[in-house]
Amino acid sequence: MLTDFGKILIFFIIGALFVAAGMFTAWILRPRRPYPGKLAPYECGEEPIGDAWVRFNVRFYVVALIFLVFDVEVVFLFPWALVYRGLGLFGFIEMAVFLLILLVGFAYVWAKGDLDWDKPRPQVPHIERPTPTKPEVQKEAEQTPVASTSTTH
Amino acid sequence: MGLLDQRFENGNVFVTSLDNLLNWARLSSLWQMQFGLACCAIEMMAASASNFDIMRFGIIPRATPRQVDVLFVAGTVTIKMASRIKRLYDQMAEPRYVLSMGSCANCGGPYWQHGYHVLKGVDRVIPVDVYVPGCPPRPEALLEGIIKLQEKVRRESLVKKSA
Repeated sequence: MLTDFGKILIFFIIGALFVAAGMFTAWILRPRRPYPGKLAPYECGEEPIGDAWVRFNVRFYVVALIFLVFDVEVVFLFPWALVYRGLGLFGFIEMAVFLLILLVGFAYVWAKGDLDWDKPRPQVPHIERPTPTKPEVQKEAEQTPVASTSTTH
Repeated sequence: MGLLDQRFENGNVFVTSLDNLLNWARLSSLWQMQFGLACCAIEMMAASASNFDIMRFGIIPRATPRQVDVLFVAGTVTIKMASRIKRLYDQMAEPRYVLSMGSCANCGGPYWQHGYHVLKGVDRVIPVDVYVPGCPPRPEALLEGIIKLQEKVRRESLVKKSA
């Protein structure tokens, strides 16, 4: 006798056979003329550069973790809001405690600086060199005759 | 060369029947690679829209060369774009076709003489099956080009081509 899960098994087997039959037919019929240009990875027509397995910045991980926490918070908030009338004061205090705990975590993350996205601070070398200060530059500009007035439109 | 493709010296009733079936299937679902480069792309979009309804020919626009049968080169192919278009054509799976749409893609069009940056015809980098003239061609012209391409697909065969 076939159980309900047995039917699902038969469904999976037929599905796998269907895919296998399609791929087998394609294998028989398709032209096969591979060359390096055709086998190259597709990158919108550009020359493929480097590896697809690049390392992501670890700061994304912290942001994803914080996102997950507040995502779960919202998941809890929605059903709570639906049954809020029935819960009364007890429900309100429960949720307030829950939010407070999360808020403490949020404050901790904020204070620790995990939300700061530090930018690279390039170290510009300081060069000791006599440079004209601003008033002197202006004086020089006034003294030199302006050549551009002679040109007409 | 596949398991059946180009394996036969001459056709018999089985080969030609299979040819007919395959060609019918292929010409009825010519998936299209989007390659709008200039104003011809606007006419290509118009051909996709409801008035001209390119999908009744089985043409579905796709955004990757792995899934397409025909490349519509719609517009001005600049020299900078030529290497990209060649690479994308290389990455298409066979059988593959190219439809050159508009004067620019056909021969350089208005940039023929003084366009220092325009490739004088996309057929200088990839083989073209159908040329659709016009500047830009109306969607009806594109549809006629598609029908011409279908006629070409209908004549394909598994029999080895005699040189």
